[in-house]
Amino acid sequence: MTLTHYVVLAAILFSIGATTVLVRRNAIIVFMGVELMLNATNLALVTFSRMHGNLTGQVLAFFVMVVAAAEVVIGLAIIISIFRTRRSASVDDVNLLKG
Amino acid sequence: MIAAFTAPHVAWTAIAPVVIVLGAGVVGVLVEAFVPARFRRTVQVVLAIAAPAAAVVAVAALWQGVKQTGGTSVLGGSVLVDGPTLVTWLVLAALGLLSVLLVADRIEGGEDAFAPSVAAVPGSAYEEQARAAGSMQTEVYPLVMFALGGMMMFPAAGDLLTLFVALEVLSLPLYLLAGTARRRRLLSQEASMKYFLLGAFASALFLFGIALIYGYAGSIRFSDITTATATPSDLDPLLVIGLLFLLVGLLFKIGAVPFHLWTPDVYQGAPTPITAFMAACTKVAAFGALLRVVYAVFPGLNWDINPVLWIVAIATMVVGTVAALVQNDVKRLLAYSSIAHAGFVLTGIVAFDERGIAAVLIYLLAYGAATVGAFGIVSLVRERSADGSVVGEATALSQWAGLGRSHPVLAVTFTLFLLSFAGIPLTAGFIGKFAVFSAAVAGGAWPLALIGVLASAAAAFFYVRIIVLMFFTEAQDDEATGEAPVPAPAPAVAPADEDGGSAVAVAQRTATATVAQRTTTTVVVRGEGFATVAIAVCAIVTVVVGIDPTPVLDLIGGVAKFLP
Repeated sequence: MTLTHYVVLAAILFSIGATTVLVRRNAIIVFMGVELMLNATNLALVTFSRMHGNLTGQVLAFFVMVVAAAEVVIGLAIIISIFRTRRSASVDDVNLLKG
Repeated sequence: MIAAFTAPHVAWTAIAPVVIVLGAGVVGVLVEAFVPARFRRTVQVVLAIAAPAAAVVAVAALWQGVKQTGGTSVLGGSVLVDGPTLVTWLVLAALGLLSVLLVADRIEGGEDAFAPSVAAVPGSAYEEQARAAGSMQTEVYPLVMFALGGMMMFPAAGDLLTLFVALEVLSLPLYLLAGTARRRRLLSQEASMKYFLLGAFASALFLFGIALIYGYAGSIRFSDITTATATPSDLDPLLVIGLLFLLVGLLFKIGAVPFHLWTPDVYQGAPTPITAFMAACTKVAAFGALLRVVYAVFPGLNWDINPVLWIVAIATMVVGTVAALVQNDVKRLLAYSSIAHAGFVLTGIVAFDERGIAAVLIYLLAYGAATVGAFGIVSLVRERSADGSVVGEATALSQWAGLGRSHPVLAVTFTLFLLSFAGIPLTAGFIGKFAVFSAAVAGGAWPLALIGVLASAAAAFFYVRIIVLMFFTEAQDDEATGEAPVPAPAPAVAPADEDGGSAVAVAQRTATATVAQRTTTTVVVRGEGFATVAIAVCAIVTVVVGIDPTPVLDLIGGVAKFLP
């Protein structure tokens, strides 16, 4: 098992996350897809860090975790405020703005 | 094993403008915690106006040094303070200051553009309670400061990590701010959610691009990446795919087709002062970063990304213009026009010509000034309901009919901004368009310039449509209230309604919502003067740069060179 496998795995996870964002309807699930994409990126970063033999990638991964945490705070706040208004977290129901 | 810790050397003076703005954000958070509620707004407004103003002064102080040395790299190369950085800092701080003025403005009764309590469910008793208590969401000021700080860091970033963190620092506050509107809160919340989900998706793609580029180059420092891309290797696909993902993130923030779908919805739903801030400043920041990425970091990959940028630029100009032609809402129309403008700026970037840098920066200045001014005016044109109270903004185009007769000064100023958008000579917009198109021609991208000119001509149609509507169309508000015909220049002089109208108004209010909506008249609110100042400054910049562009061209042209 070479390091390339990890990169391939990261790419697969990233694609699953991206697909989740594009096809699922529930805002929370969509958001989980985004989180999966971020974590797939972390795996890729750590793998590349190992390949290149420097720590930059690992440091980057920590920053990504911090940013992901901040994003969760903001995202859940927005999704919950929408849910309390409309009793629904479906992205299909949010359709007042169009044209 | 940790050896003796050596503190990094930080050249604080070189990054002072950003530190001031971000510091104001942090202090603003403390103000929320420690200052009594009745002083909070005053303190926040003073802080939020003083910080960008101080940033402008700090940039001016740095200017000569950078002009002579070509710039410095700060924090071990994480931040590059060079000419284009300084220009974007100056434009961002100035436009940010003007946007803060719009944010701070209130109409009679102390109503600003933001919900009294954003956490309250729209229409709930708690919201009514918060409104009656006159509470205010003063957190918007620190949020705007953080967003502005992130925007200033974005084009100055010297490595991919700083670029990513700056992107998030500018985006996260904007996701929240988009959902804080006082009126039409469902639309605002919806805008916020759409912006957030799509923005998070785009930044995840952006981040994966960063990972792939790091995998290729083994470093996140821009200078190392440039060196690594100079020699071919078998990892080239990694680099090209990574760069494409990176461009997706940047083009999303710019609002370029096919990543533009959020723009009209978010611009329409967000509170208008925030729309002005987003439309002007986010574009400046994202274009500054895109310029650096395309011109300074990956100059060796021009051949790979050129076709992509060509297609995106053409699609953006065409889609933005065509979609704007059929809009009936002022904010939505300005949103599509901003998409078209993103396309025009992209032609300057695709030029891959030295002149392109200065051209893009000048265009951004002209576009930003007109955008803040135009949205500022939109925030002043309100609906007055039948009972005489001023409610939301009159954003439907039909409500703007006859505004030129009742409010000539406002209408003429709006016309000025529209003409600048259209690129009519003697406005700043013309200088910007001329600069980017001539850079495109000089760089051999003349088909782009040709399409750009054609798109500008088509775009002029819908700008002129608004002008015709304002000056040569009768106001049509009295159709619904047949019993209370208001005299011709009526939309503003709603007191005429008072005598015969009030009984009708009560009856009307019990009628269906659609009828009730049509009984509103259009008024222009005065506000506390903040917005008026901001609009006046934007108008002056638009005219002065349009009539005598030489000083600005020299100023920007003299420093428009990236630090390698």
